Formats: sequence, structure tokens, C-alpha cells
Amino acid sequence: MDILNALIVLANFVLVPAITYGSQLALGALGVTMIYGILRFSNFAHGDSMAMGTMVAILLTWLFQSMGISAGPLPTALLALPFAIAATIVFLLVTDRLVYRFYRRQKAKPIIFVMASLGVMFVYNGLVRFVLGPDDHRFTDGERFIISVRDFKALTGMSEGLAIRTTQGLTVITAVIVVAALFWFLGRTRTGKSMRAYSDNEDLALLSGINPERVVMYTWMIVAGLITIAGVLYGLDKSFKPFTYFQLLLPIFASAIVGGLGSPLGAIAGGFIIAFSEVTITYAWKRVLTYALPDDLAPSGLVQLLSTDYKFAVSFMILVIVLLFRPTGIFRGKSV
Amino acid sequence: MSETMKNTLLFAAVAGLIILTGFMQSWNSALFIINMGLISAIMALGVNLQWGFAGLFNVGVMGFVALGGLAVVLVSMPPVGDAWAAGGAQVLIGLVLGGATIAGGVVIYQKMAPGRARTLAMIATLGVGFFVYRFVFDAGVEAIEAVNPAGTGYLGGLGLPVLLAWPVGGLLAAGAAWFIGKTALGLRSDYLAIATLGIAEIVIAVLKNEDWLSRGVKNVAGLPRPVPNEIDLQQDPGFVARAEGLGIDPVIASSLYVKLGYAFLFLVVLVIVLWLAQRALHSPWGRMMRAIRDNEIAAEAMGKDVTARHLQVFILGSAICGMAGAMMTTLDGQLTPSSYQPLRFTFLVWVMVIVGGSGNNLGSVLGGFLIWFLWVQVEPIGHWLMSVMTYSLAEDNALRLHLLESAAHMRLLTMGLILLLVLRFSPRGLIPEK
Repeated sequence: MDILNALIVLANFVLVPAITYGSQLALGALGVTMIYGILRFSNFAHGDSMAMGTMVAILLTWLFQSMGISAGPLPTALLALPFAIAATIVFLLVTDRLVYRFYRRQKAKPIIFVMASLGVMFVYNGLVRFVLGPDDHRFTDGERFIISVRDFKALTGMSEGLAIRTTQGLTVITAVIVVAALFWFLGRTRTGKSMRAYSDNEDLALLSGINPERVVMYTWMIVAGLITIAGVLYGLDKSFKPFTYFQLLLPIFASAIVGGLGSPLGAIAGGFIIAFSEVTITYAWKRVLTYALPDDLAPSGLVQLLSTDYKFAVSFMILVIVLLFRPTGIFRGKSV
Repeated sequence: MSETMKNTLLFAAVAGLIILTGFMQSWNSALFIINMGLISAIMALGVNLQWGFAGLFNVGVMGFVALGGLAVVLVSMPPVGDAWAAGGAQVLIGLVLGGATIAGGVVIYQKMAPGRARTLAMIATLGVGFFVYRFVFDAGVEAIEAVNPAGTGYLGGLGLPVLLAWPVGGLLAAGAAWFIGKTALGLRSDYLAIATLGIAEIVIAVLKNEDWLSRGVKNVAGLPRPVPNEIDLQQDPGFVARAEGLGIDPVIASSLYVKLGYAFLFLVVLVIVLWLAQRALHSPWGRMMRAIRDNEIAAEAMGKDVTARHLQVFILGSAICGMAGAMMTTLDGQLTPSSYQPLRFTFLVWVMVIVGGSGNNLGSVLGGFLIWFLWVQVEPIGHWLMSVMTYSLAEDNALRLHLLESAAHMRLLTMGLILLLVLRFSPRGLIPEK
């Protein structure tokens, strides 16, 4: 029984949160990797674009709530999501038109794009704070749990419980659907193929008549979808705070680089690697070990490798290790 | 109009703005802008060394600045004897063990033949080492933090003169820069940006959480000062007599005197750094750096070690930022880890460099003063603008209240727009590189 209890505690505090967080990171990292593959720069405005999309979703959620529209047991934010994605597409395309297109025409160095994205980040960040303020917002509603600790205990008769929140289930299901759709799009459709061709070899793609501006436009549209979904799911799961979204930039970049920049499969793998390392390293293992080990070996301390304040240090250390030993990432992404 | 003429006019314009502040607001705030402008100019010189000379993109300026701040505490605060007795030695031993673990891992990686045995040996060394380190270190930390937690609860510093902290801050920042540079230089240019972004977050996390080192969010206040205290001046009859002789209120006079003292010290540092940077720019070394920046492949073909030169300039630039950070903490008189915001400390410095003119040292100095002035003044201007715009709305209108409250966030928006506009329409900045 004890070993089962240990597994349940492990699932409750490590596996479920890590899978959820990993899905969110994977969606974010897919966006970074796509921008890198097509537009060939690291987009520092990524976290704040996420915040922009989520902001629209929050505003619409409030509107729907005030109108009495709800999605039953699911969060109202899901109804707002399509509109938020549309708004984010507009934001990103307008930004591209006003900022990035000029440098694309000039064939500027990648680092100039990075710097411009820094300016965009500032502006987005300012806009979000201007509208919603710098504070925390929770916008989850509907049913809180798919299965709560008490139900689980009653169901199984175990002394430890496993809770799965609606937002966690929702995150994983949505991520699977989105990733499947993305891979279908990239692998099967004409537009998807032209995007991959453009990413692989720009000159050849241009020669075969692919319109680069269209490819770039589709990229921004897909990225807008990915980051709005990632941002809303993250906000539902935890909470929305502009600064947190800016800070997500580091784990998201780390995920994309660990997997190999430019490789969509790598971005997903990287997201889960970062999420699992972060959660396992900052989790206090005492309860799991107390169940799993014989009584006389039970630990007296918390058995926490690093305090949760250092979770960014974990993604950073992984990033450093990858850069030192395998700078192209696990899936051998591009290295320019 | 000749170039010297134009530059002089630009500097005169910024000086005019600051003098205007003196007349319209107060000389105290004008001097405050000058002091922070001097520090900003030094930071901008450091970043300009990296970006303007070598094309390296450092997004972690905040981390290096914060390390400088830490140096002030470590150098100038008096040591806490009880804390040292309680756990000082243990913490030091713990740190040595931690360092030895990493060194052991590196030695195994370098000496053993690649293969499974090496991987296992490395993991075993690092794993066992980590637990031993944590065991020794944690007990020491707990003992130190238990000593008078409300008043000290940390090890204190060395009790040395505070001016010594400035070069030490530079050294600390240089150490961090060496680590980052070793990892990320020689790879794609974006990787350095991402790695520096990471180290900055981690330095701040360490300052906030390692109470034994920096008291964390409890802040270290009352840092020693290189200039006299206002209170002491006000009680000095000689000073009061002189102030009254000049027709100034002694309280205001003392505050002005202290700020002028700081301004003098900062000016000395700025002049030295600027002189060195100018010499470097016009030396063979500076020409080589620009050659590498403009065409790495050609420079490499000429036999230049690009990665080593990049590492060199990256460390130098970061050290200057660290020194400026130490100066800033000295001016503040306290170390407040939660006040380090990336938007304020990293990106603002970038705006200074880009607006001033990347690659030109004078441009960085001008950018430092101008952007700092705007940073200070945009908020009141934004507030005023919002009041005017919402004038027709009722006093308690929700939109009006929200807009007025949000005026504080105008700064981010304005700085972002300035960066984008300059980058697009005048990428060479106010004082372009020659």
C-alpha cells in the first residue's frame, strides 16, 4: 500500500503539474521555434505577446460573465479564446507591418531584429499594464476539479489523494489537439509545406515561386494562435500577471534551445524536459520518500534540492549545459 | 554646421533641460538627475563597449548592476561578529565544497575517456558532492540567519572604505561575465542574449533569497557613505554660518552639498572611464574590435581569435556596468534587491546607447543623461497629459481615474516607442559613429 501511496503523492505533486506546465511551455516554445525557423530571429517580445493575447481573453471573459454567458463546467475564457486569437493575429500582423517588415526588406542582421523585438516587448508590456495594471488577475470559473482529493480517497480508499483540476485536464487536451493540428498543417497542407521549404532553404523556396510575405504572414497567424492558447491556459492554471509572462521568456527560450531551435518536435520535447526538471528539482520529496522507503530510512529534512524561488535557475542551468555540450539541441536544430 | 558644433549644441541642450528642472522644480531634483545621469552614462559606456565596439548583445545589464550593489554590502558594511562565530566558517567550508564538486566534475570530464564510465563518474561526483555541500552549507546558513534576524541575520561585510567597493563591484561582475561568456560566446549571437537574460534573473533571485549574504528582501540599509551626512553638516556651526552667508537655508544647503560631493566623485569616474574608452576606440585594439564586428569571417581569416576577443570585451563592458551598479547603491545608501527591474536597469540602458549613438562614446554619455532625464520627467508629463485629456470627464469618472492611475505605465510605452523609432529612422543615433 505504501508504495501506491508514494506513487499517488508523486502523481499529485509532480507528474500532473509538470505535464500541465510542460504542455504550456511546449506551446510557447513552438511559437519561438517557428519564428526562428521562418523569420530567423529570437523574438524577445514573445512573453509579452502572450500577455497581450491573454489580456484580450480576460477582458472578453469579463464581458461574457457580465452578460451571463458561460460555458457550463468549463471556464468562460474558452469561449473568449477564438476572439482573443483573432485579436492577437491583428496585433502581430500590425507589428510585423510596422516594425519587422522594414528590416526584412533591408536584409538586416538577426541581432537588429532581436533588438527591434525588444522595443516591441516594451510597448506590449506598457499596453498590458496600461489596460489591466501590474497586478494579479484570476479569471478561472466553472467546475474547479475533474477529480478532487476527497472524491479520489472515497473512490479508492487510499490515505493519499490525487486531484486533477479542470484547467490541468483542459491544458493537456488542448495542447494535444493543437499540436496534432499543427503537425498536420505543416506536413500535409500546401501552405505548411511551403513554410517548411522556406525554413529549410530560403533561396530555393524563392526560386520555386513561394511568396515570402505570405509565408511570414501565415507564420505570425499560427504563432498568434499558439501563444494565445498557451497564455490563456497558463493564466487559467495559475494566474495572470504581466511580469510573470515576461519571466516565462526564459523557460520558453530554454525549451526551444534544448530541443533545437527551428525544430517543432524539439520544442515539445524541450518544453517537457524543462517542466519536469523544474518541478522535480524544486519539489520537496519528503512525503514520497517517507512512503517509498522503509521506516528507519525515512528522511528527516524536506529533501528539496532547490527552493522554488530558484525555478528559473533550473531552466538556466539546463540551458547552460545544452549550450556547452550540444549547442544545436537534442533534435539538431539550426545553428547559424 | 561642423560636427563639434553640433555635439556641443546637443550637450548644451541636455544641460539646458536639467537647468530648467532646477529653476522650475528644485535644484535638489536637478542634482539628483545629474547624479543618476552620471551613473547611467557610465553604464551606457559599458554597454556601448559591448554593443558599439563588438556587436555583442547583453540583455543582462541588471544582473551585473546588482552584483555591483552586492559588492558595496560585502566590502563596506561592518562584519557581524556573532554571525561569523555562529556559522561563518561552516558557510565558507560549504561553498568551498560546492566549488570543489564542480571542479571535480570538470576534471573528470576533461581527464577521462568519453564513454559511459565518464558519464557515471561525473553524475556520481556531482550528486554526492551536492548533498555534502547542502548538508554543510544549510546548517551554517541556518545558524547565521538565527543571529538577531530583525537587525542583522547576515554575515555583514569587511568594514572597508566604501570607495573600494566600486572596483570590487566591477570584479564581481567580471567574474559572472566570464562564466556567461565562456558558455555562450562563439555560438549564435542570440544565445548570448538569452544566457545574459538568464543570469540576470538568477543574480536577482540570489540577492532576494540568500539572507545570509544580502539579507534578502529585508534590505541592507545605512551603508557607509563616502561623503558627510546631512545631519552632521546641519549641526556643524561652521557649515551653517557659511550657508547663511550665501543666503541658503542650512537644511537645503546640506543636501545640495552632499549631492555635489557625490556628483564630483561620479564625474571623476566618468571622466576616467570615458578617457579609457576613447583611447581604446582609437587604438589598434579598437580597430580590431570594429573589424571583427563588421566582418567576423574576414577578421578570423586575418588570424584574429574572434571568440577570445569577444570574451575580453564582454568582460570589460560588464565590469564597467558592475562598477556603475556599486556607485548607484552607494548613492542610494541601501541595497534593495526587489528594486531591480529588468525594464528599468537593462532596457533603459539599451535605449540610452541606441539613442545616443552606438559605437560612439560621447553618444553614450549624451544618451545616458537625456534618457535618464526623460525617464524621470515622463511620468509627471504623462500624468499632466492624462489630466488634460480627461479634463471634460467628471471628477469621479471610472475611465478618468483608470487613465490617471495608469499614467505611471506610460514610461514603458514611451521608452519602447523611442527605441523603435530611433532604430528605424535614425539607427546611428544622435551622435553617429565616425
